[in-house]
Amino acid sequence: MIRVHELVKTYGEFRAVDNISFTVPPGEIFAFLGPNGAGKTTTIKMLTTLLKPTSGSLTLDGLSPATHQTEVRKRFGIVFQDPSLDGDLTAYENMDIHGVLYAVPARLRAERIESLLKLFELWDRRDGFVKTFSGGMKRRLEIARGFLHTPKILFLDEPTLGLDPQSRNQLWGHVKNLNESEKTTVFLTTHYMDEAERVAHRIAIIDHGKIVAQGTPDELKTQTKTDSLEAAFLALTGNSIRDESANAGADNLRQFTQMWRR
Amino acid sequence: MHAIHAMWLREVKRYLRSRVQIIASLAQPMMYLLILGFGLSPVFQQAGQGNYIQFVAPGVVGMSVLFSSVFSGVGLLFDRQFGFLKETLVAPVPRALIMIGRTLGSATNAVLQGTLVLTVCIIAGFRPASLAQLPLAFGFMILIAIVFAALGTAMGSVLKDMQGFQIIMNFIVMPIFFLSGALFPLTNLPPVLKILTSIDPLSYGIDGLRTELINISHFGASLDFTVLTIAAVAFISLGSYLFSKIEI
Ligand SMILES: Nc1ncnc2c1ncn2[C@@H]1O[C@H](COP(=O)(O)OP(=O)(O)O)[C@@H](O)[C@H]1O
Ligand SMILES: [Mg+2]
Repeated sequence: MIRVHELVKTYGEFRAVDNISFTVPPGEIFAFLGPNGAGKTTTIKMLTTLLKPTSGSLTLDGLSPATHQTEVRKRFGIVFQDPSLDGDLTAYENMDIHGVLYAVPARLRAERIESLLKLFELWDRRDGFVKTFSGGMKRRLEIARGFLHTPKILFLDEPTLGLDPQSRNQLWGHVKNLNESEKTTVFLTTHYMDEAERVAHRIAIIDHGKIVAQGTPDELKTQTKTDSLEAAFLALTGNSIRDESANAGADNLRQFTQMWRR
Repeated sequence: MHAIHAMWLREVKRYLRSRVQIIASLAQPMMYLLILGFGLSPVFQQAGQGNYIQFVAPGVVGMSVLFSSVFSGVGLLFDRQFGFLKETLVAPVPRALIMIGRTLGSATNAVLQGTLVLTVCIIAGFRPASLAQLPLAFGFMILIAIVFAALGTAMGSVLKDMQGFQIIMNFIVMPIFFLSGALFPLTNLPPVLKILTSIDPLSYGIDGLRTELINISHFGASLDFTVLTIAAVAFISLGSYLFSKIEI
């Protein structure tokens, strides 16, 4: 369903995504794990037609985001890491405009909006302007909106950031459900290893733009001779931190160019 | 089609909800009308050009349509900053339709603002020459609004922040306004100014408004209409192209 081959994205000299390859078969829940700044969001942006790769190839459902933008966009839904709501519209209006843009028929749209807003406990505040919402409420609305249409592929970029445990539970329950009943392919990133372990069939660990390991949670544990995903993650990304300090000069330079570019 | 309507509606809702801003943006046109209007009236009259308030009111209406359409179009920048832009960029709809919906929404807002300013001008003493021609004046208002909302969206697509917007304001929008003949007649201008005013699309918009509101015409309504239509098509095409190339 998703194929990525030797994908690279550079910002000036800095390689945010550095020659990664992976495939996600249809119906799989695939987790992309990595520390902050590893290149997860950049990869998702390239997969979702928001950013052009510097080099390498990628396809979704056999289509290239570069040449078949609209076709590709019809196949995925996304919950962004960063805010993407319209604060001057109400919660309901934010849901509704999404439903219209994704061509969800009016009757079904109204039904689904109601059930999702109820599920994420926003129904009572449906006519409130989003700019008056708390961080957690906004986050829940972003997620509810992400589930409004039923795409073939669902991208979730750190969806649980800033969510309370109840909503987190709802979210992952919903994701598993969609995956089982609709065979939705899911591509997710998170910082919480327990979440990845709970839902992901397969995991890739990315650090400094490079994939350092991929496999099922069990394979990763075996490979690193650890007994939890957390330990496996630290073993894998801890390595590169050591590499980094051995290479402090280059790293400072990179940080400098990054700062300078801002 | 649904996408165009949805984006249009969103822009209009946002405008109608910003009451304070609607009122605040009446201040500038009123200063031009009342201060310049009364201030320059004696000189204008002496020069044998008639009543300056009558002359400048169509210019003030055109100006407010220009500013509100550009601002509304450049609202894209806020959407980029607050993140909603992403949501529309990944929608399974050709980006050109999103751009057109936004532009028509911005244009609608500008026409509403222009209508408000025209009303206030009438209250302040401005008298349109003929009520029968009022619909044609609205036609020109709509054209001006589409041309500059599309230009605003095009500019918003390439700008990254508010700093860029300042530069555009000072080096594009203000010259468009001052060179349009909104404040002075286009007759007997020095050659350089004559050339500059005749390549400014707003000149044709203001001239169209003056034709329909006070029966004074420089280029003639049909040339005004033709130039504005061509400019609208050109800016919508440019805007759609630039909008479809946005990366985040
Ligand atoms: N527009 C940009 N210009 C320059 N550097 C960028 C830009 N966007 C992201 N980066 C850098 O690319 C790296 C990867 O970022 P990102 O993909 O957001 O990481 P993650 O999502 O894994 O936390 C970071 O070091 C970030 O600073
Ligand atoms: Mg990220």
